[in-house]
Amino acid sequence: MAVKLILAWALVGIPLLWGIAHTLSDATKLLR
Amino acid sequence: MGSTSARAVPGLLDRERIIAGPGFSRWMVPPAALCVHLCIGQVYAFSVFNLPMTRLIGITKSAPGDWKLTELGWIFSIAIAVLGIASAVGGAWLDRVGPRKAMLLAACCFGGGFLVSAFGVSVHSLWLTYLGYGVFGGIGLGIAYISPVKTLITWFPDRPGMATGMAIMGFGGGALIASPLSVLLMGAFSSPTHVGVAETFVVMGLIYFCFMSIGAIIVRVPPDGWLPDGYVPPRQSVGLITTENVHVDVAWRTPQFWLLWWVLCLNVTAGIGVLGQASAMAQEMFPGRITAIAAAGFVGLLSIFNMAGRFIWASTSDFIGRKATYCVFFVLGMILYALVPTAGHIGSVALFVLCFVIIISMYGGGFATIPAYLKDIFGVQYVGAIHGRLLTAWSAAGVFGPVIVNYMRQYLIEHGTAKADAYTDTMYIMTGLLLVGLICNVMMRPVHERHLLSPQVAGV
Repeated sequence: MAVKLILAWALVGIPLLWGIAHTLSDATKLLR
Repeated sequence: MGSTSARAVPGLLDRERIIAGPGFSRWMVPPAALCVHLCIGQVYAFSVFNLPMTRLIGITKSAPGDWKLTELGWIFSIAIAVLGIASAVGGAWLDRVGPRKAMLLAACCFGGGFLVSAFGVSVHSLWLTYLGYGVFGGIGLGIAYISPVKTLITWFPDRPGMATGMAIMGFGGGALIASPLSVLLMGAFSSPTHVGVAETFVVMGLIYFCFMSIGAIIVRVPPDGWLPDGYVPPRQSVGLITTENVHVDVAWRTPQFWLLWWVLCLNVTAGIGVLGQASAMAQEMFPGRITAIAAAGFVGLLSIFNMAGRFIWASTSDFIGRKATYCVFFVLGMILYALVPTAGHIGSVALFVLCFVIIISMYGGGFATIPAYLKDIFGVQYVGAIHGRLLTAWSAAGVFGPVIVNYMRQYLIEHGTAKADAYTDTMYIMTGLLLVGLICNVMMRPVHERHLLSPQVAGV
């Protein structure tokens, strides 16, 4: 179950972090 | 438990088939919900397709026969309107069949909607595009949005706000993924003779179908009577939190339902007023200091706070209560809206940004806290269906909110108000809307006992 939990959270966490990083990077680039 | 007697072997999609076995961790359910909500949150980023879709014929610039922005704006509006209808109509069905079947139907509709729209774009038929993303996609949005709500509340009776907040946070976060993904895909598929929208729709439709289907596969419902370790449910209703249930067909006839409808509608209307105008407002209130490029960065920042607010405020509501949380939204919202013109007058960009990131976090928080509020007032049994009906408030706010704000601003400018000052009156109107919302929230009382289901009907 622990492996399943890690995989499930990685499945949603990685795309979400990618999206947040992209937005923050654009925001800081634009606000600079 | 006797429901399995009618059928010896439940189907793959049936509720009986997805009852969690021993050893299942309830923390598997939020990622299942997020698989769905991260996909449908794409709707907030649909506008990235608008400009490319005005150049399908002309490629580098709009040509005669190309679609106009005003025509394309209807795709989003239809999708949001259908979302409200689908969630209101489909909620009761969803409560009956369980989350897996609902999530899979939503995956087919949302993913399929993209494919139909891709065909519409490739043959340059606007009506097919409306039908695809607007109607089919809208049905997928509505069913998907409410599909994990009841399941999460039953898995997390000790922290219902946090659980639903986590899923609905995904809806806010979906746009953060979809926006760069759409731009990347359009860049990959575009050529000197082609804008690449149809291919992007096909790829996104397939990705979303697969991702939402994974959510449908891993979701589980708890066995009857399951409770988390160490959790002792309250034996009797305390304050606004009921231990009884109200049937969906009765709930919407109670004053509590309509008070909550207005609470959500007014909170969303005020938030939409900001979201739609944030970029223009920032530039016009601080001319020369906030450029168009910086304003776009500001809008990105708002998206992050919109998402984070959903989780933070809904989790907070588990500790301070739903009524108190909405009181904070409305009172703090009124103060912040009233402060925005001051920020403009004293030229403080920092105060302006601070006001708006908190306001937008409360806009997201309003969406995320409402399922737990409904559960407190009407009980768990029909919360999915009741939530579905309440989402018509969102559709109404989505249509009327921008209209009120835009027409008011236009009226003021036409009657001699300076552009920067026109926002001052808009902010005061928002403050008034929040005051009405506050009154509705303060009037909230427990449902009269004549509306409660008898224990036999409730299956208790």
